[in-house]
Amino acid sequence: MERIFGGVPKRALGLLGLMIASLIIAPAIVNAYVLSVILITLYFAYVGQAWNLMMGYAGQLSLGHTLYVGLGAYTSAALFVHFGISPLIGLFVGMAIAVAAGALIGSMAFRFGIGGVYFALLTIAFAEFTRILFEHFDWVGAMGGFFLPVENRDSSDFLNLRGGPVMFYYVILFLCFAALGVNQWLLRSRLGYYWMAIREDQEAAQAVGINTFRYKMIAVMISAAMTALGGVFIAFYYNNLFPADAFGMHRSIELILAPIIGGMGTLFGPILGAFILTPLGEGLTILMESMGVKAAGVKQLFYGVILLVIIRFVPGGVWPLISKKLGIDKRMKGKSE
Amino acid sequence: MTWDTIANIMIGGVLTGLVYALMALGLSVIFGVIKVVNFAHGEMMALAMYAAFVIFSTYGLDPLLATPIIAGGLFLIGYIMQRALVAPFVTRPEHEQFILLLAVAILLVNGLLLIFGPDAQSVMVEYGFDSFEVGPLILDKVKVYAAAASIAVALSLLLFFKYTRTGKAIRACSDNLRGAQVVGLNIKNLYALTFGLGAACVGAAGCLLSMLVDITPMLAPELTLLAFIIVIIGGLGSLSGALLGGVLIGASEALAGLLITPSMKSLFSFGLLILVLAIRPQGLLGKRSS
Repeated sequence: MERIFGGVPKRALGLLGLMIASLIIAPAIVNAYVLSVILITLYFAYVGQAWNLMMGYAGQLSLGHTLYVGLGAYTSAALFVHFGISPLIGLFVGMAIAVAAGALIGSMAFRFGIGGVYFALLTIAFAEFTRILFEHFDWVGAMGGFFLPVENRDSSDFLNLRGGPVMFYYVILFLCFAALGVNQWLLRSRLGYYWMAIREDQEAAQAVGINTFRYKMIAVMISAAMTALGGVFIAFYYNNLFPADAFGMHRSIELILAPIIGGMGTLFGPILGAFILTPLGEGLTILMESMGVKAAGVKQLFYGVILLVIIRFVPGGVWPLISKKLGIDKRMKGKSE
Repeated sequence: MTWDTIANIMIGGVLTGLVYALMALGLSVIFGVIKVVNFAHGEMMALAMYAAFVIFSTYGLDPLLATPIIAGGLFLIGYIMQRALVAPFVTRPEHEQFILLLAVAILLVNGLLLIFGPDAQSVMVEYGFDSFEVGPLILDKVKVYAAAASIAVALSLLLFFKYTRTGKAIRACSDNLRGAQVVGLNIKNLYALTFGLGAACVGAAGCLLSMLVDITPMLAPELTLLAFIIVIIGGLGSLSGALLGGVLIGASEALAGLLITPSMKSLFSFGLLILVLAIRPQGLLGKRSS
């Protein structure tokens, strides 16, 4: 506990408590639509944190992160549909497969000293490769998609992750803040300091005796496992899976927007980014609909503009600016600039 | 399946591969000099393809003849993009460059989607179904023309780099940036010129490819990946590597379409990429960076 809360300014803890409290009572206040928006925001905050662990902390840019989402989603869904295995068990299998995939990519890349751009491209290549494989994988529906049985949504069956939106809401709320706790703990552990050393200067890290291969592998594997868990959630929430959607590159991009906008390498960046971006995107969709404009791509265009502005003018993201204003940046910031 | 069929399909693949090679050449030129990876490459290509489509459908101008116009237009876009957007990023961390161009890519592809919609468009020239018969071989006329034009553009670019003063200056920037600055070269301008030239390559390639495939906005990210696969297989920054990689990918795609199903043809390319990265990460013709 000391590792997680030690040294955090009171003001920050107060804000965090307020935020969690309001999110916990949210289902009793807001309507079903708003709840679904918060739910998906929390999902992006969760997977954004998982990605941030690898890019923000350990400095390894993955642009094919949806690979792990897809693997977690398909594995747990297939085990459930074909064998009736509860997703609470299936998620471990899904995470294991994602970790294996991450280990394969990592070992290929890091062993041969593939870094930076090449690594990013390798992650894309693996995700696309898997997408095409799944498009021809009949056991999980191939191109036609894979569907989970939709039963009544009134009763909640947590053991099989079947139930209404409120149950899913609390599941992702828990995951999101559990991830926050795990990240905070990791950052303050020896591992976290090794990661940041590798991020800042890999050669220097190696020179002082850090086994960079090993710690980069650990980063990829933890990130893959966390992301796969998000995949299990999204599979059972949406009840349908398509290879192009599960493994498509646009998904990978969607996944990294929140942490980039909120602030890579910061603890709160991904959460803040998700809470900025998703409601804005949803608002834009509503606005377009009310004006009777039906054009595909407007939301993405808007995301593109935001991404461009952020990376051009505030490449560190929004969180560092805010935390400075609030005076809670002393030990929250990940970057040592 | 006879040997004739296989040979025909392979040659068709190689001819398409030459157009791919021109596209990849543009990426390689930009990376080789500026050391920035143009992640919006396929999106710029799609832009050129739509330009070719618009020019063809409104003025009836053959994409072959429109190539210089579109290449020129893309040159301008590339020049301005480097000056206005990419230049401040040259010294920034790699991932920030990547994300910047990713944002440009998102803007381009969704802009195209907004204007032209998701449906496929095609450019059908009069001689679209004609072919040359060489012995037992049947060669599509459009593919032969497109490949020949690609070679011409690539060749003139190589000659430009080899013999002109500006070309030599650009090579100097690539070989030794500090040295180039010391002798007083205008780096800013040369970088913008290089980005423009890379964009012109992809513009010409897009214009030519518009005769060979259906045009959709969704083609753009695929083309970006394809360009990357080609230059990584050939060796990032190596111009002859880009040509070799393009031809290899074109041929392997055709072969994959023949042996397995056409929908799995990109599996071949990705497999090839993973193989090359695992065995020879510097690419087939690339030099190992020290």
